[in-house]
Amino acid sequence: MIVPAEFYLILATILFFIGVFGFFTRRNLISLLVSTELMLNAVDINFAVFNAYSHPEQLEGFFFTMFGIGIAAAETAVAIAIIINVFRNAKSIHIKNLRNLKH
Amino acid sequence: MDFTILILVLPLVSFLILGLCGMKMPHKAAGIIGTLSLATVTLLSYITAALYFGAGRTAEGIFATITPYNYCWLPLNGTLSIDMGIMLDPISVMMLIVISTVSLMVHIYSMGYMKGERGFQRYYAFLSLFTFSMLGLVVATNIFQMYVFWELVGVSSYLLIGFYYTKPEAIAASKKAFIVTRFADLFFLIGILLYGYYAETFSFTPPEALLVAAGGVIPVALGLMFVGGAGKSAMFPLHIWLPDAMEGPTPVSALIHAATMVVAGVYLVARMFGLFIGYAPEVLHIIAYVGLFTALYAAVVACAQTDIKRVLAFSTISQIAFMMVALGVCTSSDPHSGGLGYMASMFHLFTHAMFKGLLFLGAGAIIHAVHSNEKSQMGGLRRYMPVTHITFLIACLAIAGIPPFSGFFSKDEILAACYSFSPMMGAFMSLIAALTAFYMFRLYYLIFWGKSHYEEQLALYKAGATAHEPHKPHEAPLTMTLPLVILAAISVVAGFIPFGEFVSSNGEPYTIHLDYTVAATSIALAVGAIILATIMYKSGESRLTTAINSRMGAFIQAAYHRFYMDEIWLFVTKKIIFNCISRPIAWFDRNVIDATMDLLATATQKLGNILRPMQSGNIQSYSVWFLGGALIIILTLIFFA
Repeated sequence: MIVPAEFYLILATILFFIGVFGFFTRRNLISLLVSTELMLNAVDINFAVFNAYSHPEQLEGFFFTMFGIGIAAAETAVAIAIIINVFRNAKSIHIKNLRNLKH
Repeated sequence: MDFTILILVLPLVSFLILGLCGMKMPHKAAGIIGTLSLATVTLLSYITAALYFGAGRTAEGIFATITPYNYCWLPLNGTLSIDMGIMLDPISVMMLIVISTVSLMVHIYSMGYMKGERGFQRYYAFLSLFTFSMLGLVVATNIFQMYVFWELVGVSSYLLIGFYYTKPEAIAASKKAFIVTRFADLFFLIGILLYGYYAETFSFTPPEALLVAAGGVIPVALGLMFVGGAGKSAMFPLHIWLPDAMEGPTPVSALIHAATMVVAGVYLVARMFGLFIGYAPEVLHIIAYVGLFTALYAAVVACAQTDIKRVLAFSTISQIAFMMVALGVCTSSDPHSGGLGYMASMFHLFTHAMFKGLLFLGAGAIIHAVHSNEKSQMGGLRRYMPVTHITFLIACLAIAGIPPFSGFFSKDEILAACYSFSPMMGAFMSLIAALTAFYMFRLYYLIFWGKSHYEEQLALYKAGATAHEPHKPHEAPLTMTLPLVILAAISVVAGFIPFGEFVSSNGEPYTIHLDYTVAATSIALAVGAIILATIMYKSGESRLTTAINSRMGAFIQAAYHRFYMDEIWLFVTKKIIFNCISRPIAWFDRNVIDATMDLLATATQKLGNILRPMQSGNIQSYSVWFLGGALIIILTLIFFA
């Protein structure tokens, strides 16, 4: 049997809002990064699902998924590097302590 | 005549040099720079005069008006523009001579008088600025250029009166002079603008068609210009600044407040004479009556003053009023019938500049010797200061109108012009001339005769009554006596200049001839007044003086207080204008205009305080706002699109 598309979409929505919730509420930079990754992955799922169900003869959606995963990897690498530098300077990765970038 | 531009440029250059780097120079160098530049200017002025009058008359029998320079400085519209340039005609050339001569004398004199003063270089810089402005004023090609230099003259006068800027009286006097003349200049400016707007020209001699088109506005504009002239020339009731201006250094009083700047108003009326006589003869008559009253008022006040510079100041007001009257009594531009006053006025301006400059410089030498302005500190000075004594006496005789000194000739022409206007006017002016002789000789006797203050103090000191040995009066140094002697020489011979050959109301030559009845009357009156002064003051206070003082005590007190004109002005300005106009305006400003602005500012600030927390720099709160916004847009699109 074929899993209906709505199931995937519901999963993606749940995943996305978990990400949003995490992004809004967490105070730890690593948790924030994880949350953004969740949102990106939710979008990736959407791309794949819509491609597979609406236009099975085309591949743009899968390619976008691939791009998304690639960008997510690159972004994680950059973000981790930033977070390490922040930790070196501020001895903390708690977001409350990071108010000095303004000055 | 291209070199005439140097007459203006040299004083300006020396002002800039002395003003910018004078403080680094030794005193002597600054004085020599200023004096040399002025000496050159004087020489150039004489050359200009020689060339101008030497060139002879044109076919119409007048001296041609030469305009070596005239640049359009500020074009306003197609026809109207403000020009800057140099114009030479008989009166401007005459003024060049007067200004450069007196200014040179004052420059030389100041080297002695101001020796060792703090700010000596600044003093010379300001003198140069003043000379530049005054020369620019007289050679102006149009009324607006005249106005520009007119204000420059005012500001240099302000700077020089306030030269001793640590003295509160000097500061107050400089402000008073500036504000009063500036107030009058406001009317001058309005007059110029009216004239420029309706006649569409700033020229002194506009084409007739323009004036006819302007019609009834011309007399109003000319009247307003006269108010400006009255302010500068200290006509009643705008005279109040001049006596106070005596707080400045005495050579400055001689240059600015006796010989040159204060006659700018007379010069203005003379400059616009063609317009006055052609289009506003009634304004001329007003000028005559204002002048008559001022002359009388100032002469009476001068009789009661004790500060010698104040006496001279009121004497100056009175004499300038003579010149104004002479211009005012003109009824036509023909010097042979009704236009004599113009020539007489300019002649008197010329001779007055010389002898009044001399009187002030003499007074400066006396003040230098006794260190006081008060007559009570003087007396018997003739033994100590022989040169000053003789030159002062010559100047007194000149101003009193005793032949053959210069004042006699010019004053006689004025009186003749007044008698031909109306016998009443002539009689009044003769009376004032007699008063002039009286107060000048009162001053002369009080300074040089009578009991010597120094000897009295010396006797007291020898008797042990006072602790300090009094300061012995001494004759002034050569730098100060030389200008006195030169000016005295000019005052003696200036009357014999055939002035009417050079300057007259319509430019045609006029041969001065004495009207013997007028001359005899004025000589008799002057001699009588001098004899009266001799009886009353020659040997201290005589019995006659005491008798007069006790009979007319109240009147003399009032005259001493200048008939309370200053108090009246203070009342008008402080009580009436301040309370009725300034206060409501201030209230409106503070409670309406300022309040509106304050409201705007406060509202902006309050709003800012509300909005500021949104810019927290906290990325999470931004993203909440972002999500909210995105949701609203999505929901709107879903439900309303």
